[in-house]
Amino acid sequence: MSRAATPELVRLPVWRARFVLALFLAGFVLVAGRSVYLQAMKTGFLREMGEARYSRVLAIPATRGRILDRNGEPLAVSTPVKSVWAIPGDVEAPPGQLALLARTLQMDPRELKKRLADRARDFVYLKRQIPPEQAKRVAELGIPGIYQSQEYRRYYPAGEVAAQLVGFTDVDDAGQDGIELAYQSSLAGRPGSRRVIRDRLGNIVEDVGSVRPALDGQDVVLSIDGKIQSLAFSALEHAVARSRAKAGSLVVLDVRTGEVLALANAPSYNPNNRAQLAGGDLRNRALTDAFEPGSTLKPFTIATALELGKVTPATRIDTDGGQIKMARYTIRDAEPGDVLSVTQIIQRSSNVGAAKIALTLPPVAMWDTFHRVGFGAPPPLDFPGETGGILRPYRSWRPIEQATMAYGNGISVSLMQLARAYSIFARNGKLIPITLLRTATPVAGTQVIPARVAHEVRDMLETVVEPGGTAPRARIMGWRVAGKTGTAHIAEDGGYAAHKYIASFVGFAPVSAPRLIVAVMIDQPAGRDYYGGLVAAPVFAQVMQGALRMLNVPHDAPLVPIEPVPDEGSKEDA
Amino acid sequence: MTQLQRFSLRRLLAGLVEGIDGPLLAIVLPLAAIGLVTLYSASHDVPAREVTQAVNFVVAFVLMWVAARTPPQTLMRLALPAYLVGLALLVAVALGGDVVNGARRWLHVGVTRFQPSEIMKIAMPLMLAWHFHRHEATLRLRDFALAGLLLAVPVALIAREPDLGTALLVAAAGFYVIFLAGISWKVLGVLALVVLASLPPLWGLMHDYQRERILTLLDPSQDPLGAGYHIIQSTIAVGSGGIGGKGWLHGTQSHLEFIPERHTDFIFAVFSEEFGLVGNCVLLALYALLIVRGMVIAAKAPSFFTRLLAGSITLIYFTYAFVNMGMVAGIVPVVGVPLPFVSYGGTALATLFIGVGILMSIHRHRTLVQT
Repeated sequence: MSRAATPELVRLPVWRARFVLALFLAGFVLVAGRSVYLQAMKTGFLREMGEARYSRVLAIPATRGRILDRNGEPLAVSTPVKSVWAIPGDVEAPPGQLALLARTLQMDPRELKKRLADRARDFVYLKRQIPPEQAKRVAELGIPGIYQSQEYRRYYPAGEVAAQLVGFTDVDDAGQDGIELAYQSSLAGRPGSRRVIRDRLGNIVEDVGSVRPALDGQDVVLSIDGKIQSLAFSALEHAVARSRAKAGSLVVLDVRTGEVLALANAPSYNPNNRAQLAGGDLRNRALTDAFEPGSTLKPFTIATALELGKVTPATRIDTDGGQIKMARYTIRDAEPGDVLSVTQIIQRSSNVGAAKIALTLPPVAMWDTFHRVGFGAPPPLDFPGETGGILRPYRSWRPIEQATMAYGNGISVSLMQLARAYSIFARNGKLIPITLLRTATPVAGTQVIPARVAHEVRDMLETVVEPGGTAPRARIMGWRVAGKTGTAHIAEDGGYAAHKYIASFVGFAPVSAPRLIVAVMIDQPAGRDYYGGLVAAPVFAQVMQGALRMLNVPHDAPLVPIEPVPDEGSKEDA
Repeated sequence: MTQLQRFSLRRLLAGLVEGIDGPLLAIVLPLAAIGLVTLYSASHDVPAREVTQAVNFVVAFVLMWVAARTPPQTLMRLALPAYLVGLALLVAVALGGDVVNGARRWLHVGVTRFQPSEIMKIAMPLMLAWHFHRHEATLRLRDFALAGLLLAVPVALIAREPDLGTALLVAAAGFYVIFLAGISWKVLGVLALVVLASLPPLWGLMHDYQRERILTLLDPSQDPLGAGYHIIQSTIAVGSGGIGGKGWLHGTQSHLEFIPERHTDFIFAVFSEEFGLVGNCVLLALYALLIVRGMVIAAKAPSFFTRLLAGSITLIYFTYAFVNMGMVAGIVPVVGVPLPFVSYGGTALATLFIGVGILMSIHRHRTLVQT
């Protein structure tokens, strides 16, 4: 064995061996250190980052609650539909198949191409709310990158009959108007969620625990009676058409419970096809529009005077031949008379009489009555866009204003406010709270005027529909009726329009034990007749009779046919 | 006694295991097992891969056995031919190789194709060790310069393919031989300066994707969806393993396909996520044992050739393991280096096991000195 070959000599030079050893140690210590750093110190953070990459929370849609009438008939229901969307970058299909997709979706192929053009976007709706069968055909095409999501579309079985009341939802199933908007939160429910694990390509690999089920929306049961509603709507729509009016509203209240049994507006629209609806038709005029009510307010003036002992029903008032001058203004009666009793002032609707009585009252007393029957503040219905009308503070009233307010000018109310205010006459002086939800429980109400006064006014109001009154056409067979007409010039540009009227009638029945209040308002009748007693009263009669019959309300009048009212009806003035 | 009698089963077995180094085998077999186990999890979507890799292991094992029974003298004789064949094949690739993923790395040989650059991983240290061995007595700067040239040409060819990872590994293998042969620190210092000075122009010569890789290592968050994606994903996978790991087959990041190249270069991320810090320590320990064993063999090597060869092979294993784990853990730029004995791939496995076989052969022949 040669010396060069001895193990000692062929060993690596010491410093080189050490250098190599140090290099190796340093390298492994570095890796081990990094490993400790990542796996022991940053684990939590990195696990979160990792989880964020595969864990997704998916929404489970909640079914929107139905809107039902008081008998459980549906006014709004949700039907399942599908919405088709795409991730443009993932869509892979030959042109022929895209054309087929466009045909299946009933879309313009160019529009489809346009939507799929922006490949940077992650989400593009192709078509929303298509029926399940159509969605199935789309799915069968099997085009990658095209997806569907479950949605619900609202269907309104009652259609135009209750359109403004029920309202509607938008394409995202959120309430936009009416009850749909007012009760959005309880109708919508709460969408559920589930956590899933998805791989890099977005495929759902598995469900991970924590599933929160969707909380379906609750049904809203309205106080509306579908049959009365539909009667009210058709009667109103007919009257509006016949009198060539611009619009009309009608409210039916249950006197005992304060429930709104019907709330109709005309013209209406079809909530199931809102393609060409006009803005005005959307309004629930009975709640959102304030108008100067005219003579329908006289009973409140008279009630105040009776309560203060200024007059009795028999007190005789000189109406000065149906015309008095105050400052620069002249107050006129439509049918001039001489000396009238307070009852006759209501029966014939004398503006002069009402003004004269009003001027004996302190303004605060009149204001107080108006205020306490709910004028100037929205009724507590929580309906979107409700108006409270205008009741100016009594301190600012000039005498002429106090005089005209006595017969409903210079003050504005909504039809709903007016209908509710009449409950003081129907409920022995008590004002009732009203509701759009079914309660079916009698309500107590708040005493506004003494029961005695309420009875006296009620008797006066009954004479309105008797021969010699302004509204014999409001009579119905089998039930005694009380009410008041109104014919008001429409306030316009600081004055009153010459030939634009709002004709109204508010009344209740049966007089012996009032059950229903019906208020009718016809906006700008363009026909020969424009008086409340001619235009609105017949609608009142038709609806009141039908509703009492439907509710099986006991008769308090003999079932004898009512003699037809001569064509030349009674009149009244603004 | 007849020939037949002597050919007993016992002798056959003894003959078979002759030359196999026990300690090395005890290190390499667990590594191979870890590789198969991890690959099973990483390739859950392609089960056939597991079978292929098992076959690869058998082939590689046979190659190791052959290498272990080949005396160092034979290896020395093979050095020049192996180097020349490798060089020729690299030239052939440059002239007409198959292009895969934008890089010309593959050469068709009959029914299969392989990367000639892999041959260089063994041929390079063989060639240089033989070169220094020949001039052992009279080593001069000229010899080191020649070694540098022998190293530079194939490395340049591989880098041009482009395959930066393999080029670096081959360069490292050659450099280790030169270093261990005793190049003076002065020359090394000058070389280091030259390398540093040439970095800016080299930067200019680099491919965009190579520059990007270096830049994204410095700040992966700059391009989290693009070039930084690999590093961020693998870092997350390693980190979410925690101390004990998520358990075999339960690595979410790998099973949900968030880890790129999870059966080859990034298999360490899969392993790390499923076996955690504990698993990493075991793996590091196995590599450390392998390297220590290799160094012991180098230290005991009987000749200059065997000493250089054993030393450089050992250091190459270290380089593989360090670069791969460092890359996955985000401390080394992304270069295509497989995790030794664990990553999927037949050629790399064959090269690695041949290396082990050479180490075994050197150890076995440590006393049979002929010169």
